[in-house]
Amino acid sequence: MNETLQQIKERFQEAVAVESGRDGDVVVMADTRSARGALLEVIGKLRDLGFTVLTDLAGIDYLQYPIQQPGRFAVTYILSDLKRRQRVRLKAYVGAQDPVLPSVTHLWQAANWLERECWDQFGIRFEGHPNLKRLLNHHEFVGHPLRKDYPMRSRQPLSENDSLMDEMVVRLRQKGLLLPGIEAQLATPGVRVSDHGEEAAPGSPSFGARGGAASAAVVERITALPGVLGEPEFYRDLHTELMFLNIGPSHPATHGTLRALVALDGETIMAAVGEIGYLHRGFEKSTEVQTYNGVIPYTDRLNYVSAMMNNFAYCKTIEKLLDIETTERTKAIRVVIAELSRIVDHLVCIGANLVDLGALTNYWYLFNVREKAYDIFDRLTGARLTNSYGRIGGLARDFYPGCGDDILRVLKETEKAIADVEQLISHNRILLDRLTGISAVTAEEALSRGWTGPLLRASGVDYDVRKAFPYDGYEQYDFEIPTGTVGDTYDRFFIRFYEMAQSARIIRQALAKMPAGPIFPDVKTAALPPKDDTYNNIEGLMNHFKLIFEGVKVPPGELYDSYEAANGELGFLVVADGSGKPFRNRCRPPSLLAYAAFPEIIEGHMIADAIATLGGLNIIAGELDR
Amino acid sequence: MGLETHFGHSVVTTRIDAVLNWARKNSIMPMPFGTACCAIEFMGLVSSQFDLSRFGAEIVRFSPRQSDLLMVMGTISYKQAPILRRIYDQMPEPKWVLSMGVCACSGGFYDNYCTVQGIDDIIPVDIYVAGCPPRPEGLIEAIMKLQSERIGQETVLARPRPVVSLPVASRDREGGAQETVRH
Repeated sequence: MNETLQQIKERFQEAVAVESGRDGDVVVMADTRSARGALLEVIGKLRDLGFTVLTDLAGIDYLQYPIQQPGRFAVTYILSDLKRRQRVRLKAYVGAQDPVLPSVTHLWQAANWLERECWDQFGIRFEGHPNLKRLLNHHEFVGHPLRKDYPMRSRQPLSENDSLMDEMVVRLRQKGLLLPGIEAQLATPGVRVSDHGEEAAPGSPSFGARGGAASAAVVERITALPGVLGEPEFYRDLHTELMFLNIGPSHPATHGTLRALVALDGETIMAAVGEIGYLHRGFEKSTEVQTYNGVIPYTDRLNYVSAMMNNFAYCKTIEKLLDIETTERTKAIRVVIAELSRIVDHLVCIGANLVDLGALTNYWYLFNVREKAYDIFDRLTGARLTNSYGRIGGLARDFYPGCGDDILRVLKETEKAIADVEQLISHNRILLDRLTGISAVTAEEALSRGWTGPLLRASGVDYDVRKAFPYDGYEQYDFEIPTGTVGDTYDRFFIRFYEMAQSARIIRQALAKMPAGPIFPDVKTAALPPKDDTYNNIEGLMNHFKLIFEGVKVPPGELYDSYEAANGELGFLVVADGSGKPFRNRCRPPSLLAYAAFPEIIEGHMIADAIATLGGLNIIAGELDR
Repeated sequence: MGLETHFGHSVVTTRIDAVLNWARKNSIMPMPFGTACCAIEFMGLVSSQFDLSRFGAEIVRFSPRQSDLLMVMGTISYKQAPILRRIYDQMPEPKWVLSMGVCACSGGFYDNYCTVQGIDDIIPVDIYVAGCPPRPEGLIEAIMKLQSERIGQETVLARPRPVVSLPVASRDREGGAQETVRH
């Protein structure tokens, strides 16, 4: 790491500040107030050094932050070098007045939705963004909720949902599906299409606020002109037109609340645009008023199918900020529970997708063993689904007696169920026809889209946080990273079977050498004292009260840390201000970037294929919208 | 059904209400409006271990026009609210609403800028199920209660309906919607 730090320092000379972060990551500070173009130059240099993947992009509002910062807002870019397994955190500061940064959408496709989210939540404008629209909040929303001066309970009802036709028209134009006649119609005054931020500059007061009304006008214009939409030759022969269809937000196959507006020619999807935010429930804002341990129940509800992995991911970040090391026993228990959660997550993903594809039997097979795993969770944590099992520095409680044997028993039953399902489907002609070659994504494209986890590995990149940035003692376990070859729905679907087998391997190894000892390290500032102390001596009681009411005090600082969750890299960027509550708690969800690609990768395929593709991406709305 | 072998050519007399309620409560067709975590527990409820079909309510219809019980499972955001209202409006009478989990009942711990503080701001609710998420057993109890206390009490002439306050923003604890901040 020192080598990289040296390299980056040499590269930049004195132009930008480079320092080593608390987590060992290199932090590059770009003060963009002096020269706006400088940011792209810095990013270009970092790309030359091998940091070619944009892992995350997040805004921070430093209003009321106890330590003076160069600007009110900062946008943090997490850039990763997957080969050398290193990360750089690039911070670009912007002032309070008209915060604007150059867009990096031309470098990474992942930046598209990340920048939209940043604009939506913080009001930081990205110059050159092709479609800087709100992402999580609705189109009638006024203001930017993650700004520190936006009151948390200032609610804004929505009267009518966005028709999305403004985005659809742009997409149709890009695909050459708009006939020339329509262009003139759209250019007439009164019809506004938010196209490339030219007609409606994102900073202008009309932007966003009246987007829905304008798009409704566009729809009216288009539908009033018969025959203006549609593939020209096709139209002439068959007198057909493109048909618009909303898939979602309330649709059985979306398993949550996602929406895609598709333009159909027959059953083939010619163009598609997506919309999310239907389950946006303010995770990041809500957690700013909770103590550090109080955030844990909120993390349960990110990816609620494997809730405990989110607990551990969050706790790991805070532990790194506090610079405390968990005990060996806690590490091993976390590994066992996390891998069991991964298996459950994949079971739900596979079972639910097979239902969507019409194979109901498998659902019963897989859900029966899932229930058995839930019985263990239930006994261990008191809850089936939202377990809140992690604690900063440790766990809510130790294994109950015989927990390891229960897990091994369930593991055996699970393996049998998986084998049954594999036998049922792996040579099933119908299933193979529906999965093979659908929505293939190459490795370069997957990296540019910011995909991680099973999706990236299905495209052939063997990136796994457990191997690249080992934690919880994963380096001592013997396991492999399965990868796909084509990156189609088939690969994304079947890679989960291989991952479950590897998880089972890890669980067996971890249980075989489960260390004894306490689950909390002897750190009075983070770990609750033993109940004996709390009840019998005043120091213990005070310590308990302080930790519960004021929270674990985390010294000022910030860092990004990641965790291999079931769907991919789950990262938390936490800014601490010295108090017991996080100043900013950014969650980097794997599903967001997976779904951002969905509308594009289904184009050219049939509607039924889109459903299969969506299942393969395994989008969990809780972490998608947060 | 072979009933004629038992009854022969005799006549059975009963009340229309009794027959209709008997049929309705034993053939509930739920429309699962699942948005979040609770929907995952619903998946557990309809699968073999808990098996909702024992209570005559397993024919899940994803079209509101074919269902009589709207099960709202999960957090409803303001972005989602118009859709929920529209789905409710599309359901034919008679219809019942089950609100599953604290998010749907009251907003839960998502007391913030984007979450509706209880779906009874938008649609009338017949039964609330507490829990985050409720256990499948809790949901089964709710359905049994619905069968005995709501569906079983229907009459053809008048049916008890919960009252709903509209519009959407009517219940705002701190009057936040009015003090909208502009940046």
